[in-house]
Amino acid sequence: MESQIILLIFILVLSIFLGVELITKVPSTLHTPLMSGANAISGITLVGAILSSGSSDILTIILGTAAVFFASINVVGGYLVTNRMLGMFKKK
Amino acid sequence: MDTALLVNLAYIASSILFIVGLKMLGSPDTARRGNFLSSSGMLLAVLITLLDQNIIDYKYIAGALVAGSVVGYFAATKVKMTSMPEMVAIFNGFGGIASLLVGSAEYVSGTLNNPAFLGAIFLTVLIGGVTFTGSIIAYGKLSEVISGKPYLYKGQQFVNSLLLIAILIVGVNMLFYQGLITSEQTLILLIGLAFVLGILFVIPIGGADMPVVIALLNSFSGLAACAAGFVILNNVLIVAGALVGASGLILTNIMCKAMNRSLANVLFSGFGAAPDSSNESSQEQGEVKPISAEDAYLILEAASSVLIVPGYGMAVAQAQHAVRELGELLEENGAEVKYAIHPVAGRMPGHMNVLLAEANVSYDVLVEPEDVNPIMETVDVCMVIGANDVVNPDAKENEGSPIYGMPIIEVDNSKTVFVLKRSMASGFAGIQNPLFFKSNTRMLFGDAKETVSTLVSEFKG
Repeated sequence: MESQIILLIFILVLSIFLGVELITKVPSTLHTPLMSGANAISGITLVGAILSSGSSDILTIILGTAAVFFASINVVGGYLVTNRMLGMFKKK
Repeated sequence: MDTALLVNLAYIASSILFIVGLKMLGSPDTARRGNFLSSSGMLLAVLITLLDQNIIDYKYIAGALVAGSVVGYFAATKVKMTSMPEMVAIFNGFGGIASLLVGSAEYVSGTLNNPAFLGAIFLTVLIGGVTFTGSIIAYGKLSEVISGKPYLYKGQQFVNSLLLIAILIVGVNMLFYQGLITSEQTLILLIGLAFVLGILFVIPIGGADMPVVIALLNSFSGLAACAAGFVILNNVLIVAGALVGASGLILTNIMCKAMNRSLANVLFSGFGAAPDSSNESSQEQGEVKPISAEDAYLILEAASSVLIVPGYGMAVAQAQHAVRELGELLEENGAEVKYAIHPVAGRMPGHMNVLLAEANVSYDVLVEPEDVNPIMETVDVCMVIGANDVVNPDAKENEGSPIYGMPIIEVDNSKTVFVLKRSMASGFAGIQNPLFFKSNTRMLFGDAKETVSTLVSEFKG
């Protein structure tokens, strides 16, 4: 358990540094799509929601199912709206 | 092959797709593909999670997935581009509440004797709750359901401190004692406190500071997912959540720098709520010089370089299409046309860029302040459309001004400045703008869309 937590913290730290490196160079033209695209990624909590929703405990199922609902709005809406915006960015 | 191994390999693939996708979002040429890759990563992660052998019943999952996807689909395809800031805000909020619910679900079903597990739940519920109500308030302010004015009251810091102390006490009780109140009561109390904190955190912040708040809430929604990853010990949640958390923080930082203010100052000062009296002496600065659209047309017709500086007022007036048309006519007339966009113009990071892209303005003529400021003397006409604070020369010249030190677009250095403005009311920061009184400034009063349309018909006629 303890070693698993340490490993996950290790992943966390590396991911944060990676995120900083990835984003620093984004031109301001793309700030909105970047934000809404990143927001869609934060809907990854859907994975946790699915696992909770498939539980056997009734209260867990209720909470998990509500989580699946909200997270899938975030994921589907987020990706689609980002795609719609990016479709408008054109160069002549 | 072992299912657990397969699931983990798929999570690695998802993480790679998120990382490459985010990387490709950094350039206009690859951004769309990047978004597609990132969404493929999400689809893979969701499909592989459905293979989990501990899932007992699929019907609730399927129902919620379908319902959420339908809502998301309609929200994303029906929303107007001008409503994009509130859309992004509310999606952030949904991500936050989803993480809160995941944390809560694990709490009510888990064995409550591991402080690391409980600590992760505490953070998930806290950050998720703050993200949720904070985003709802931001949504309300952006869609003008509630006033966009900063809302301050006496003893605000005191109330916030009390709230934080209460949250800490609940947290300690949750992690270590568990005897004071039942675990259900602890959870409900924590959710309630997190909700109140989210409301109190966004309520004092004014409309003009919304780009910072949205970027910050974006970061929070990622951090909440990341904390949920520690609850269920799932590495893809941690990687994806951390990426979003980091990107949101960088955007927040860019927005703060563009206003020359610290994050603490944005969050706690209620900027512009109480204009201090020291500035009143500078309010009378002479006469403004109005100009008619017909006279403005004559000047524009003779101009060989034109710089358009849009602000939130352009979004309000829905003038972006008329502006694009005017830009094209100016180009046909032989002028070089560029659009200078300040990072905090509008209500979210990149707001003006999205509106102009919607109106078919090519993204390579959208430039940033540091690109145009050095060559501002060579610009014949600057057209300021619905922007105010981002072109306020006080930021350079008046040390007593609340916006002193903020990087601006130095339109006052160009040969002629047209300011399209509804009236002489001050900007969202509530401060006077000496630009309007400069000798090379002409005011075009009226609705921005109508004014620009008049100019367009002058060019055509």
